[in-house]
Amino acid sequence: MAKTPKPEELSKIDYKLPEKGWMDTPVEFKEGMYCHGARPQYLETVDFPNPRQWSSKKDEDWKLPENWKEIVLNGMKERLEKYRSFRLFMDICVRCGACADKCQFFLGTGDPKNMPVLRAELIRSVYKRYFTASGKMLGKLAGGRELTLDVLKEWWYYFYQCSECRRCSVFCPYGIDQAEITMIGREILNLLGLNTDWIAGPVANSYMRGNHLGLEPHTIKSNFDFMAEDIEEVTGIKVEPTFNRKGAEILFVAPSGDFFGDPGTYTCMGYLMLFHELGLDYTWSTYASEGGNFGSFTSMEMGKRLNYKIYAEAKRLGVKWILGGECGHMWRVVNQYMDTWNGPADFLEVPVSPITGTRFENAKSTKMVHIAEFTADLIKHGKLKLDPSRNDHLKVTFHDSCNTARGMGILDEPRYILKNVLNHFYEMPEETIREKTFCCGSGSGLNAAENMELRLRGGFPRANAVKYVHQKYGVNMLTNICAIDRAALPTLMNYWVPGVDVAGVHELVANALVMKGEKERTQDLRLEPLPEKVGAENV
Amino acid sequence: MGALFSFVVVILLILVAYVGVAAAGLQSIFGIVIPYVAVLTFIVGVVYRVIKWGRSPVPFPIATTGGQQKSLPWIKQAKLDNPSSTTGVIGRMVLEVLLFRSLFRNTKSELRDGKLGYGSAKWLWVAAIAFHWSFWIVLLRHIRLFATPVPSFVNVLENLDGFLQIGVPRLFLTGVILLLAVTYLLLRRFYVPQVRYISLASDYFPLFLIMAIASTGILMRYFFRVDIVGVKELTMGLVSFNPVIPAGVGTIFYIHVFLVSTLFIYFPFSKLMHMGGVFLSPTRNLANNSRMVRHANPWNYPVKVHTYDEYEEEFREKMINAGIPIESTVLPEEFEEEFKEKVEDAGTPVREEE
Amino acid sequence: METKLKDTLREKKPAILKRWFDVIMETYPTEAAGFLKGTKNRFTSPVGYTIYEGIDGLIDGLIREVPFEELSPLLDSIIKIRAVQKFSPSQAVAFIFHLKRIVNEELQNMSDAHGVIDAAALSEFGSKIDTLALISFDIYMESREKVYELKASEARKRAFRLLQRESQLYEMQEKERSDFVITNLLREENQLYGMQGQDPNIETTNLK
Repeated sequence: MAKTPKPEELSKIDYKLPEKGWMDTPVEFKEGMYCHGARPQYLETVDFPNPRQWSSKKDEDWKLPENWKEIVLNGMKERLEKYRSFRLFMDICVRCGACADKCQFFLGTGDPKNMPVLRAELIRSVYKRYFTASGKMLGKLAGGRELTLDVLKEWWYYFYQCSECRRCSVFCPYGIDQAEITMIGREILNLLGLNTDWIAGPVANSYMRGNHLGLEPHTIKSNFDFMAEDIEEVTGIKVEPTFNRKGAEILFVAPSGDFFGDPGTYTCMGYLMLFHELGLDYTWSTYASEGGNFGSFTSMEMGKRLNYKIYAEAKRLGVKWILGGECGHMWRVVNQYMDTWNGPADFLEVPVSPITGTRFENAKSTKMVHIAEFTADLIKHGKLKLDPSRNDHLKVTFHDSCNTARGMGILDEPRYILKNVLNHFYEMPEETIREKTFCCGSGSGLNAAENMELRLRGGFPRANAVKYVHQKYGVNMLTNICAIDRAALPTLMNYWVPGVDVAGVHELVANALVMKGEKERTQDLRLEPLPEKVGAENV
Repeated sequence: MGALFSFVVVILLILVAYVGVAAAGLQSIFGIVIPYVAVLTFIVGVVYRVIKWGRSPVPFPIATTGGQQKSLPWIKQAKLDNPSSTTGVIGRMVLEVLLFRSLFRNTKSELRDGKLGYGSAKWLWVAAIAFHWSFWIVLLRHIRLFATPVPSFVNVLENLDGFLQIGVPRLFLTGVILLLAVTYLLLRRFYVPQVRYISLASDYFPLFLIMAIASTGILMRYFFRVDIVGVKELTMGLVSFNPVIPAGVGTIFYIHVFLVSTLFIYFPFSKLMHMGGVFLSPTRNLANNSRMVRHANPWNYPVKVHTYDEYEEEFREKMINAGIPIESTVLPEEFEEEFKEKVEDAGTPVREEE
Repeated sequence: METKLKDTLREKKPAILKRWFDVIMETYPTEAAGFLKGTKNRFTSPVGYTIYEGIDGLIDGLIREVPFEELSPLLDSIIKIRAVQKFSPSQAVAFIFHLKRIVNEELQNMSDAHGVIDAAALSEFGSKIDTLALISFDIYMESREKVYELKASEARKRAFRLLQRESQLYEMQEKERSDFVITNLLREENQLYGMQGQDPNIETTNLK
């Protein structure tokens, strides 16, 4: 007779496995944890191999070239010879486990293959088997395993569950950086046309149209017109940004995420208001209209091909130097790759702030300054008239973006700015900020919609820390200097910590900025009433 | 399975040496040939591996930044965690290599019931420091066997090491610490679930091997008491390339030497190379000065790009319509008349108009 | 609640809490359970901590007989986690019923020492747990709906981007505009939920 299962029987998940070694546990693709495969048009646009219609479900035919194995192994060999990091990181890991619980995807999912060490081991095992004497002879005993289709699919599944945040690398005694291994792993996968749609699309867009969103020049301009209208409504001042203007002193490059969709647009309005108030001689470019670089989530070469536009445009327009907006991976690229890829930028001058005269020695080779550095310098020199009380309705915390924290180290500049433009600032716990910051869960091209569960789980450690300050201090605004954060964190907050909004730092700067000739402000940039002004009317 | 396999292999190694020396009388194989082979393999192997690493270039400056960058003069830079100069890098590396600074970061501060405390995450660092330093000191103490007269720093080291003045011969602390630390590192692999899950045979083997080496060493010094004069005669013979096998040195000595030789041979083929690798790690040994100084990539090559001209070609009409300046002076026909004026306006910078 | 039952539960709370937590952790796949189990640090083992603190509060609240509205946030914090962890709805909320069984078993062990606990009191306590289970279903459904809503709202943003790209937004009349939005929305969502990546009905122009 069929028995009704007891609750405790029912609640045991059927995929509960007997304890086996990870090598013997075949990968299972769980819905909500991975993205769609890249569609062919996108790959064709940038001449990438193996463009085809394919489904990234594990059991489907991935339509790989017949000699895929050879391509992978040759790709590995080439990269072992090109990157000391890759060879070294393959060789020296002692599996001490210090990184294991540092990954937010592991903390959020509990999936052991999301431990950085094991994610690396997925490819290291193949390295051992095919590229080391011990692995060739001893196989599994030396940690080696055959490269099979299953292994390849496992790579794809897990290399696109890593946000390249480098948190593991901070704690590794040898500095082994899983981001580097993921980047190289993705490069190899791309040799077979194995990208995600969400990354390949922006790459193709950015290549042809200059920005991830694929906005055409006139559309960019009309977006700015909308923003200018809103600014006029709030301040009574009409800002008039210029595009592709030759002879400007400064080229400003921001992530295109800020051109479209809130809360990015509020940050963009912040830039516009600040520059207007300063009377800065600057221009936007519709051709180099993207600071971010999804190419860098694909391959070094693709990263370079997209990044090319920034210097090329600076040269064409004849500017003196470049200022960059608030973006995470953009700044990893600017700080650690741009000059090497597309420099030297000897046609530019060492950046000097036209307002304060400060010479940015730290950017004397790339000639590109981070807007947080620029604004912090302005505030320090007392060049901005600020009314922090206009942000009094906000209790603010700051989320360090992975890339700017661990691939650059811009930690105190944004904090200095925030503390000058608002009155209520609260830090999240020490082990969740600065170089130990948790990722938003959506970095490195993971911010698609179809992998929402992955994003919510990977972002849980971050949300959890926000929840702590939300409960303890009533924090209601999560600030950051990253466009992906501005796109992904609202979703994350909406699910885990309702009641917390997301803003770029320069939105709050502009809120507090007292502009020459402005009307009395009754609204913030979101066109919401400033509470204290309402109170004032009642008096 | 990896653990059991490694354990069995180490036991077999001990048996091989025991049978080889005690039963077959192959002292010269175990006391001379194998040690020479081992040292040679070690040197050649390590050099080969380091050269192989060195041959792969460092194309990009990928320092992991663990603190505030150098930017504006009034912002305090974290000079060790985010170095921008060679001095800073050296400081970072020294702390990394000698004090395992990154591992030390591994604190788990606990915030519970509003109180802050520190969790057990320091144990890995403590054990790692204890293990590596005591291993190193034990190794240095062995110089006594390979040099006459014994260098004075070895005597100093021994005095420090044996300062407790317990027993005859004096108890060296490092030997005990080494054994305890290696035991902890092994138990950790058994009992911490995530570490057990990631551990391979190649993780257990060196631990068992080193454990066996330390144990035979301790047994030899304090319990079985090998003939130290004979031992030194043998070791001095080895370094002066005049090898001799003195009579009456206990079998345990040969077991010890055989295990050490195994470690030397195994070293260059294994993860133990991390000792050399840590110096070369590009996330640690590079300064984060890549915006100040251009880092050259030896294999940088030209790539296919989408140029501005191609871009303008595609969007020229739309740009003109939107009043965005264009490069081309040749206008599309249909625009020639109608928009000529507009283009000229658009070409003028707005600021200059004001 | 009957005082005797209350006292007994209070006394037994640590055992109940531990067993309940372990049972919940068992619902995770073996290779994950051991890792999620950490409860000590709110920030470095957030899953284990949140669940542990949540059920601790639930037991406490049940004993103190606080109103259900106060228990709801605790349930919320646990179930939100389970709602994105690939549990079926029944699996996601079944953990509540474990409490009933564990309490019964613990009380059975105790009954000799403390004499018989009033059956009515016990049954009343049980029905409170049932209520928790019902609330849990609501929260679970809310959470899942939220996930879909978030997916949809991101898809909507994408559709708008598409719109922008085609640069028709500002040239269109209100009616046309909303039709266009809806069509694109449907396409995008269709693509998200129906197809795996490609929908032949979507005309994606080769950008080149």
